[in-house]
This record gives sequence, C-alpha cells and structure tokens, in this order.
Amino acid sequence: MTAILAIALLSGLFGLLLGYSAIRFKVEGDPVADQVESLLPQTQCGQCGYPGCRPYAEAVARGEEEINRCVPGGEATVRSLADLLGRDPVPLEVEEKPPAVAVIDEQACIGCTLCLQACPVDAIVGAAKQLHGIIAAECTGCELCLPPCPVDCIHMVPIGADISRWRWPYPVERKAA
Amino acid sequence: MSHSAPPLHSRRRIWTFHGGLHLPDEKALSNGLPIETIPLPPRLVIPLSQHIGAPARPCVEVGERVQKGQLIGEPDGYVSAAVHASSSGTIVAIEPRPVLHPSGLSAPCVVIDTDGDETWAALPQPLTDYVHLDPVVVRERVRWAGVVGLGGASFPTGVKLNPGPDRRLKTLIINGAECEPYITCDDRLMRERPARILEGVRILSHLVRAEQVLIGIEDNKAAAIAAMVQALADSDLQEMAAVVPIPTLYPSGGERQLIRVLTGLEVPTQGLPAQIGILCQNVGTAAAVGDAVIRGRPLVSRVVTVTGRSVATPRNLEVPIGTPVSALIAHCGGYRRLPRKLVCGGPMMGFELFDAEVPITKAANCVLALSPSEAPDPGPALACIRCGRCAEVCPVRLLPQQLYWYARAKDLDRAQEYNLFDCIECGCCAAVCPSHIPLVQYYRYAKTEVWTREQERRKAEQARQRHEARLVRLERQEQERLAKLRKKKDSLGGAQPGSEDAKRAAIDAARQRAAAKRSAAPKGQAKDAGDSLAAESEPRIKEPM
Repeated sequence: MTAILAIALLSGLFGLLLGYSAIRFKVEGDPVADQVESLLPQTQCGQCGYPGCRPYAEAVARGEEEINRCVPGGEATVRSLADLLGRDPVPLEVEEKPPAVAVIDEQACIGCTLCLQACPVDAIVGAAKQLHGIIAAECTGCELCLPPCPVDCIHMVPIGADISRWRWPYPVERKAA
Repeated sequence: MSHSAPPLHSRRRIWTFHGGLHLPDEKALSNGLPIETIPLPPRLVIPLSQHIGAPARPCVEVGERVQKGQLIGEPDGYVSAAVHASSSGTIVAIEPRPVLHPSGLSAPCVVIDTDGDETWAALPQPLTDYVHLDPVVVRERVRWAGVVGLGGASFPTGVKLNPGPDRRLKTLIINGAECEPYITCDDRLMRERPARILEGVRILSHLVRAEQVLIGIEDNKAAAIAAMVQALADSDLQEMAAVVPIPTLYPSGGERQLIRVLTGLEVPTQGLPAQIGILCQNVGTAAAVGDAVIRGRPLVSRVVTVTGRSVATPRNLEVPIGTPVSALIAHCGGYRRLPRKLVCGGPMMGFELFDAEVPITKAANCVLALSPSEAPDPGPALACIRCGRCAEVCPVRLLPQQLYWYARAKDLDRAQEYNLFDCIECGCCAAVCPSHIPLVQYYRYAKTEVWTREQERRKAEQARQRHEARLVRLERQEQERLAKLRKKKDSLGGAQPGSEDAKRAAIDAARQRAAAKRSAAPKGQAKDAGDSLAAESEPRIKEPM
C-alpha cells in the first residue's frame, strides 16, 4: 500500500513538474524547421511545390515531404538535410542547373510590372510603362519572373566563371597502376 | 652559397619555428647577374586587380593617351590599390584578358600600346621632408602610389600601415629572407639597391613610430647581408635597426615564421602581426615605399627572377607591370630546352602557368621554367601510410594528415576544427610525403570551398530577409487596402440610412405629385398629350431610316 502510494505520489509530482516545464520552457516556433530552412538556398523559387523555402522547410520538418525536392540546392542540400534529419540521402529527381541570373531585354520590355509582382525577393525594379531592371546581386535565379512576362523578354543568363568566385578544384587522384 | 657562418654575425638572439625543410636553394642559377631592365614591350596589359581586395576602378577611356605613371585605376574602397600606366602610350582596350592566376581565367585589364617615349606624367611633389609631415599625408602618398606587398601576398601597404589608433607597432620587421628556392629578386635588390631599401625602411619606421627595426636575411645570401650591413652603417638608422642573419630553413620567409625567428613571438591564430605590435614588410615593398615618398613615383615596375634550368640565361629583370611573361623568357635567351612546367612564383608555393602571354603583376616575383629533371613526375598518389612526417615538418604545427582526411572526405567543419585556415600552404608536408599525396591542393580546395559555402550562406540569408521583407510588405499593403475599403464602406454606410429615408421621401413625394397631376388633369388632355408626344417622337425615330 505504501509502495503504491509512494509511486502514485511520485508520478503525480513528476507529472506536475513536466506539465509545468512544458509551459515554462515552451519553444516558440519549430526549431527543426528553422534548422532545415537555414540549409535551404532561399531562392524562393517554388520548384519544390511549396510557395517558398519556409513552407517546404516546415513540411520537411513535419516529415511530410522528401528531402530531395530542392532543385537549386542540389546534391549538397540533400546531403546536408540527410545529415541534419538522420534520413537517407535521396537522389535528386531533376537535373541540377548551373546558377544563373535573370536579365531583361531592354528593347522588348513593355513595362507591364508583371515580373515585379512575381519576384519573391523584390530584385526587379521598375514602374508601369517604365523599363524594368533586375538587380543581379539580389537575383536568386528562381525563374519565377519568366512565365508572367507577356513579351518573353526575360532570359536566364548563367553566372560565368569569374576569378573572384573561382575555387581550387578537388584534386584528381591518379590510380596507381 | 654555403651554409657556413655569414661574414657578419649579429649578437641578437634568434628563435626557431617548428618543422621546416632544408631544400636545395638553387639560387646560384640566377643570382650571379645584375638586375637588367627589360626593353619596353609594344603592348602592356595591366590588370586592374593585382592586389588583395576590391579591383581598381578604371578612370581612363579607350583611345586616351596616357603618360608613364598616370593613374589608370582608382582604388575602389578601403582595401584596394591604385593602378598606374607602366609606360606612355595609347589605351586600346579595357576588357577582360587572361591574367596571372592559377585558374587561367580572365579579369579586367587596361591594354596600352606603348609609344616608346616613356614620358612621365606630372608626378606629385616628393615628400623628402616626411619626418615633419603628418603621417596621414605620407600614408596617403603610399596609397596613391599603389604600393602593395611585393613578397607575393600583394596586400595594399597603405592599409597595413594603418593599424588603428589604439594599436602601437613597436617593431618593424623587414623581410629579406627570400626562403623559397630559385627566387633571387630580393637578394639582387639588397645587393644592388640597399640604400633605396633603407630609405623606405626609414619612412616605414617613421610612419609607425617603430622602436626597433629588424632586417631578417637568410644566411645563404652573404653578399646581400654584407651590402645591407654596409648601407646600414652609412645611414642614420644604426641606432634602431639591425640586420639579422637567420639560418636558412624553408619557410623562414613566411611572415609568421620570420616574426617567430626574429622576436620569439607567436602571431595569434587567425590574428594579425599588428596585434602583437609588429609590422612586417618585404624589402621590395620598402624600396617601393621609398620611391613613392622620396621620388613621388608610383609602383610601375618590379624586379622579377626568371630562372629554372630550361631558361638559357637565368637572371633578374626589372619589368614594367603588364609585360607578358613570354617577353621575359625571350629576353633571357629563350628556352634552352622545352620546360616541363612553367611556374609563377617559387617551386613550393607557386602555381603553374598554362599561358605564357599573361602579364606580370605587382605580385609576380618569379617566373620559373622547370626542366623535366627539376620537376619530375611524382607519379600517382599512393595511400597515406600515416607516417606522420608531414606533421614533423609543418611550420604551423598542424596535423596535415587529419586535414587531408577531412578535406578529402569534404568534411569541411572538421577540417576547420583542425585549424585549416592557419595553413600557410608552404608545401612542406607535400614535399616530404612518401606517398606523393598532393596535400596542399586538398587544403586549397577545402579553403576555397569553405569560402564559397560561406558566401552562399550569406547570399541565402540575404534572399531570405528580402523574401520576408516582401511578405511583410505585401501583408501591409493588403491591410492598407482592406483598411481603405472599410473606410470607404464606413463613409458610405454612414450616409445610407439617411439616404434610404430620403429615397423613400422622394418616392413618396413623386407619388404625391403624380397623384396630384392625375387628379388635376382631365383624362382626354392626358391622352392628347400622349398622342402629341408620340407624334413628336415619330419623325425622330424615322429620321435615320
């Protein structure tokens, strides 16, 4: 009887303690989604099928979505997500694209502002009936501005090799004969 | 050049650093002949980025005539350096050209067709009385002259001379160690122009108010030591300056290694020598500072060693910046035999050149054409046998093996934990590796990869912030729209009950009027009126027909 009472008392105590700490130390937001989001390239391109990186991160954190949906992130993102979440790396379904930025053809642009509204990072500047311009440094290469353009005057230009972005290649090891 | 005691001993105590290698110095190949000025090439290609930091902004136009020493690129930002025309002529292009870089990629250059006149532009007043001038003025002159570290790192000297108000640079170290095999440009410079070097040293020590100056020279350069000691004895610097012969041991010319050898102090990891009150400058840089301040001349040429057993006459040349590498080799009698490898810099830290037409920059201290016997094919890399010799020779006391494993596995976080960024890429580990593993290449790969990821992460963070700002903006606009709508509705809604009454009143009034009319007018009249109305309207309808 004493034993039962003691256990009941203890469990009640711990229950209260747990209940209290759940309220006291409540974590706002979803830390896993935050971590997932920090690994995503933030192009906000929607190629994963979600409207932006945050919704995709939340879906991945809830375990509802595969980790290979991020096209701009490529294999590297899949690998880091696999590391973070302890899941098996899944191969990408689409081919990786080289990084690119959007460029507006100045002759063709009619100043319709449709691309302005499509850009997820506000990297296009312009006003109605004025030539629009893309801030190349802010463009994430998401291609979301391409479909709304009524005159197809936006093109994706791959970011060329540049000394400031050049990296030493991974050493090629010749196999000993 | 033997390892016997130098002719003049310094009684100063010197320290040692960990590891290091005794390499065949190969300096006798090129150090016998005096520095010769190369004839002016017909075309100069002057890169706008010859330094660490932001590339210079071109301030001339195609077709413009420029004079020797005229500014053609302004420093763009604080950590940047000015670029000057190395000779007079006409600018024929400002465009990307292949430059001296391990990637072999192109970068913006100013291309000048020289006219051979070598007419100097109007130069600023020499600051011979710099002792009584504000150090800011003198530093600004050094910055104007585009002086960068000529030892190979090419960091803008003007920036290095300004350690900030709360730091005091007590010790000035002049680097004449020239530890890498083959290279002799500093050796020849010290032998032939010691007074000019000391002029620069005097300016530098005045600028930072140094208490002592140590000129470190490896003891395999006895002639250079003798010349510097003699010049020092003839100058007014003897009180504070000393020429310190140091043992020949690669890489004692590395900034941190030289500081350690001369002062016994260790530069903190990822820190700067300025943190421990030390400023380190190469002898060539000191001479360039002297030229800028005393003669008002910008840095438009440098001494380059052209050497290697494939070159007919290895020697040192004074070369205008922008001269193609091929012109240097041609001036040294061309190739004796076809080189296996053309290297910019020394055999340990240099990089291979695939195009001999690239121009000489401020950072290029050596062009090395290695014959097959000097650069034997190392053969395929074998597996690491964990012998640990790399760790024994590492001058930074890193664990090259661990770094290798992590870099190879692309585990960059772990590589950084093992202080990847303290690696000075001296190549000692790779030189002793019995398995011929290209260790330094792995470290270079890992370093640039870390930088790229860092850059990408920053860019992603920026994109995220912009995206969030946009969402907030859209939300705000939506709220504003709704608020406006509500306001409009409210203003209309306030009038509505009243208007309804008014409407009803108007309808009632109309009804009453109509009733009054009906009762007042007889029925026939009303019919007539209707008929006449119809008669009136008929032709109006018919008219268009």
